[in-house]
Amino acid sequence: MADGTTTVSAPALRGFAPPARRSSLRRFAQRRSTTAVLMCLPLICLIAGLVVYPFFYSIWLSLLNRAMTRFIALFNYRYLLRSDTFQLVIFQSCFFAITAVFFKALIGFILAHVMHNISGKDQKLWRGVLLVPWVIPPALSTLGWWWMISGDYSAINWLLEQVGMHPVAWLASTWWARIWVVAVNVWYGTPFFMIMYLATLKSVPDQLYEAAAIDGATWLQKIRYISLPMLRNIISITVLFSLIVTFANFDIVENLTAGAPANTTHVFATYAFQLGIQSGNIPLGAAVSLFIFPILAIFSVFILRGVGRRAQEGI
Amino acid sequence: MAQVTLRRVSKSYDQHVQAVKGIDLEIADEEFVVLVGPSGCGKTTTLRMIAGLEEITGGEITIAGEVVNDVPPRDRDIAMVFQNYALYPHMTVFDNMAFGLKLRKFAKDEIRRRVDEAARILDIGELLARKPKALSGGQRQRVAMGRAIVRHPKVFLFDEPLSNLDAKLRVQMRTEIKKVHQTVRTTTVYVTHDQVEAMTLADRVVVMNRGVIEQVGPPQELYHSPATRFVAGFIGSPAMNFIPCRIQGRGNELTLRLADNLSFPLPPDRTQRYGANTDREMLLGLRPEHLTELKDQAKPNVVRLDSRLDVTEPMGMEILVHFRINGTAVCGRVDPSVRAMAGEILPMSADLNHMHLIDPETDRVI
Repeated sequence: MADGTTTVSAPALRGFAPPARRSSLRRFAQRRSTTAVLMCLPLICLIAGLVVYPFFYSIWLSLLNRAMTRFIALFNYRYLLRSDTFQLVIFQSCFFAITAVFFKALIGFILAHVMHNISGKDQKLWRGVLLVPWVIPPALSTLGWWWMISGDYSAINWLLEQVGMHPVAWLASTWWARIWVVAVNVWYGTPFFMIMYLATLKSVPDQLYEAAAIDGATWLQKIRYISLPMLRNIISITVLFSLIVTFANFDIVENLTAGAPANTTHVFATYAFQLGIQSGNIPLGAAVSLFIFPILAIFSVFILRGVGRRAQEGI
Repeated sequence: MAQVTLRRVSKSYDQHVQAVKGIDLEIADEEFVVLVGPSGCGKTTTLRMIAGLEEITGGEITIAGEVVNDVPPRDRDIAMVFQNYALYPHMTVFDNMAFGLKLRKFAKDEIRRRVDEAARILDIGELLARKPKALSGGQRQRVAMGRAIVRHPKVFLFDEPLSNLDAKLRVQMRTEIKKVHQTVRTTTVYVTHDQVEAMTLADRVVVMNRGVIEQVGPPQELYHSPATRFVAGFIGSPAMNFIPCRIQGRGNELTLRLADNLSFPLPPDRTQRYGANTDREMLLGLRPEHLTELKDQAKPNVVRLDSRLDVTEPMGMEILVHFRINGTAVCGRVDPSVRAMAGEILPMSADLNHMHLIDPETDRVI
């Protein structure tokens, strides 16, 4: 009898305990959140490999000496902050990013309104035409611009001569070079702002403008009291996004001026490239590129706080 | 004092589509006029032309004696309540109501006083600090009306303001609008596709169809003496029944013939009116309440009409019965005490004192 009970209960026990563990494992695997995490895993690995690792690695690099043999703490940063050239780079980067983003947003806003008031088929055509600068690879279009303004083959100088004016050495003068770098960036980036604002304008009910017209608003007051508040979130987000991209811009400056004349048009990215890759001081180059990070972090906090608040109010 | 006049006003799009085909309308000071009609009849276009939101293709609109064809909306001194309220989502209720006054550079105290007054009339005093998103449909509706009231405009324009509300709230707000008009007494033009709203609110109803005005008149007049087949069928619910018929006979001895074995003598007071239309295909118009169960006491010109019921719809205060007269489906109303069963024959009666005769060629009521 005792034997009988053991033979019966043993499989019963075996059959009971392990499935309990297995089923909880299965339940874990079948949970939607688990599936979701698993599906995101390739992306998480990709971001970790391409963003998180390089970020921390560049922090580590910036703390080494030129030969990357010795840990020198914040020496590279101290050196940079005391360097006149780098102070110029900070000024130029801020000037470049802020003016370029301001004009991109302003012209984009105006173009979006103009576009919004063009009807039907014509709007499609103009929208397509105005998107062209944005779809050409900037390295190529910058080359085109360089051709038009650089000393020897300059089409713009030719035009100036035709109307009896003196040619200008655009890229050899500090302020003209700075203005051109900004102008080319504005030319390239404005369509993005236009298309974002146009899409948002289309989602603003016409009746708000009609109600404002009946309430007594002029077109300027409609922009001030309806368009601007309704577009505030998208303006914040596009400005932040564009600030990030413009601060990190490399190809336009590198192709148009490469920092010339006398390093006065360098931005963080081109200066980091020059120091790190061309001059072979990788730790110093890493330190330069890391300067963008705290500046953008501060911008982001301020801008996103307003966006979150307005999103909650349903605007 | 604001009279609104429309003279031969028309609106066409792309030279092909004519939304409004030259309408004439006089709206008296302080009058509440409702434009009613089915979708696409041009009523909203007409309202938007009065507001200045839509350009006028032809004709002339005057507000308080001044031609406003080329006056922009902001200078017409009108206020409008939109179908979806069109409240500014980024402004509080107070700012929404004060916006028009601020743009017109009113003093702060005056703005405060007017907004408070409107808030009191509409009972939205405690909502002034909220944003539109935090309001219910009915509250938004009130705010939209408040925004119109504070302006003390010459004319109020309402564009289907109740169609986004649920049925119960709609009835409640209907009463509110009427109350507000009795308090504020401003010339009002109100657009709706709901004939019940039109009947209950209006001093005068304007029935529109396919870009033209079919009939203008007080609600009761439209109900009892419609001018056209469209008005007869549009006003009243359930709709008027139209039954093919013929007028036969001569002089004072006319009969109404519905089928070979179904004819009735016409009421003597109608013989002169209908005398010119004998022996032609006509339509008999009869409202459901004039097709009811046969009563014991015989009344003059009420004729018997036994009918097999197809469908019965008990409504509580009445029963709607559907049956056929010579193949034409009609609807009648009977007292709930009557035992009306589908498939059974019920002795019915038709009250020819309230009949309408329609010429199918012109669609006009004779």
